[in-house]
Amino acid sequence: MGGLISSFSMAQAAEVEMADEMRASGKIYVVVAVLTVIFLGLALYLYLMDRKISNLEKDQG
Amino acid sequence: MKGIWWKLLGVVLVCYAIIAGFTIEVPALPILHETIRNLFFHVTMWFSMMILMLVSLVYSIKFLSNSNEANDIAAGEAANVGMLFGAMGLVTGMVWAYFTWGDWWVNDPKLNGAAVAMLVYLAYFVLRGSMEEPIKRAKVSAVYNIFAFVLLIVFIKILPDMTDSLHPGNGGNPGFNTYDTTTALKTVFYPAVIGWTLIGIWMLNLRIRIVKLSIGNIENQ
Repeated sequence: MGGLISSFSMAQAAEVEMADEMRASGKIYVVVAVLTVIFLGLALYLYLMDRKISNLEKDQG
Repeated sequence: MKGIWWKLLGVVLVCYAIIAGFTIEVPALPILHETIRNLFFHVTMWFSMMILMLVSLVYSIKFLSNSNEANDIAAGEAANVGMLFGAMGLVTGMVWAYFTWGDWWVNDPKLNGAAVAMLVYLAYFVLRGSMEEPIKRAKVSAVYNIFAFVLLIVFIKILPDMTDSLHPGNGGNPGFNTYDTTTALKTVFYPAVIGWTLIGIWMLNLRIRIVKLSIGNIENQ
């Protein structure tokens, strides 16, 4: 398991590839927007369920 | 809507985690590259699971001390939502493994331990399903829940730390604290943990209320 750690020290000399082009071209914001929309959709679903349950609780109690 | 503030906070914090998670500058590390951002998703799934399983444990112990059915309901549902987060932790971990270690699964104590821990909780639900009498079901599953939680800690933390592991933070490998050279990771990670946990608690809250409604319906009939 020393292999993982020694490969870090060996690779320190070379530059590590990162998604700089995605950020420079603004494409990363497409990723962010898509994920945010999906998550907000799920959160909306939770909210609507919550409201439905609250109404059922009111009817029962 | 009751509890609107902590629910809204959960949504806001996860949105923040998504936006900041992809746009902040992160340490450029070999092997990981940009996938270090998975810290805000894969790891937060497991943290949320741990908290929910702890909630389940607390309710199991509460049930054993006062035999209130509501505690048993909460214990079962907390473990249920916890399992969802655990499953998501496993799947996101597998995707991360594929792109960094080259394989969907490796024969590693942490990974195998996590899988076994999930099976332990799966058995909790099998146990619950096998007993029809509510009080007996509640008592037996509450006792099992205590063992399940102990096993969870053993399989996910204690054993992987004792031996060689490929997984960050176990078996002699540095955890992400060491990689967080600019502390930028922490500024997104901690809010993300809180956010995802609050979402999990919201889901738990809804599930418990549904069970209580259905019991109320049965009793009224």
